[in-house]
Amino acid sequence: MADEVVLLDFWPSPFGMRVRIALAEKGIHYEGREEDLSNKSPLLLKMNPVNKQIPVLIHNGRPISESLIIVQYIDEVWSNNKSPLLPSDPYQRANARFWADYIDKKIYSTGRLVWGTTGEVQEKAKKELRESFRVLEKELAEKTYFGGDMFGLVDVALIPFYSWFYTLETTANFSITEEFPRLVSWAKRCMQRDSVSNSVPDQYKIYDFLLDLKNKMHSIQ
Amino acid sequence: MTKSEVKLLGAWPSPFVMRARIALNIKSVSYEFLEETFQPKSQLLLDSNPVYKKVPVLINQDKPICESLIIVQYVDDVWSSGPSILPSEPYDRAIARFWATYLDDKWYPTLRSVRGAKGEDERKKLIKEVGEGLTLLEDALNKISRGKDFFGGDQIGYLDIAFGCFLGWLRVTESLTGVKLLDQVKTPCLAKWAERFCAHGAVKDVMPQTEKLVEFAKMLMAKMAASTPN
Repeated sequence: MADEVVLLDFWPSPFGMRVRIALAEKGIHYEGREEDLSNKSPLLLKMNPVNKQIPVLIHNGRPISESLIIVQYIDEVWSNNKSPLLPSDPYQRANARFWADYIDKKIYSTGRLVWGTTGEVQEKAKKELRESFRVLEKELAEKTYFGGDMFGLVDVALIPFYSWFYTLETTANFSITEEFPRLVSWAKRCMQRDSVSNSVPDQYKIYDFLLDLKNKMHSIQ
Repeated sequence: MTKSEVKLLGAWPSPFVMRARIALNIKSVSYEFLEETFQPKSQLLLDSNPVYKKVPVLINQDKPICESLIIVQYVDDVWSSGPSILPSEPYDRAIARFWATYLDDKWYPTLRSVRGAKGEDERKKLIKEVGEGLTLLEDALNKISRGKDFFGGDQIGYLDIAFGCFLGWLRVTESLTGVKLLDQVKTPCLAKWAERFCAHGAVKDVMPQTEKLVEFAKMLMAKMAASTPN
């Protein structure tokens, strides 16, 4: 039975990275299609008419949208596998979903404000982001991964934002390594996994991209 | 499991709390409902949900679970011998989760902001967006239910719970604005589904009466007006 798996993606997207990592963890062969978000393809608009966003996983012609929903779908479909992304215990599963959801709520939009703005707006965002990292560092504690010994959903949800660290540090003038050493050790551990290092672009490449984006955003205003 | 082992910390007007109650009812789980006091927030709430300090919180054998949709999935996982809440197929689960996310991230926030709209133009714009969302959901219901009574098929499921919990507040908004939002002409399937949902055994005792919610909404709005500096 040949599965047809297509991923509509955009290389710097942290949400796209999550799906790449999940697919790689499961050893799934897929066709990655790079979208030009300023000129969205008819396929993207057809497969995700509600949000018109990547990532979209198209499995045997059927689309699945929203990165964490896609990751759970992948885990459920390719479940007879050595690398489950969610624990089997219901309470641990709820815990994993809680922290993945926390990361969704707290990191992306605040992070964008940190690298994308200046002055008071940036300072407020920086304070919020630091608080979120503090909470996450506390939750991680001494564990190898957020779920314990196994790399899982929460790690997949957060690790793409490691590619933002250099940008965040440089634009907002603070050191994530000094302030959140456990988080940075955890990130480096994750980056040692092939699935992660092949899916998360280099921090400097992301820095160039984000700065370019920031300049474009400001020139529009 | 004895009654006191399962507790739900909640508030009667909250649609999110309602989700947890419906899920527990579907599974026929006996639980103790604790009405949160707020002002100030109870120690139990602060201890069991330190991250967000919000209801609902499900406490099962002293372990807290937070976030309404996560609670619903947890209830489905734990009481697995009862009727299923999530669909059985991974693809159907992904679709149900997608629409639940859409409701929480886009549709309900728009509905909420209708009440606080500044000026008639903004209100009209937001009402239009709510209506457009309902059209999408009508289409989704037709596709997902495959002609059956609910999003979940013959029985209410995850998406019914995720969406149906907002019907009370939808009616409040209709009452306060004088605009019919859930229209039998524009969204006939949704209108019928709404009636069936509200009449369902697992729902009717936990769905607050619209009149009570309207009173509550007016009280909230008065408080906000009083505390807003001019």
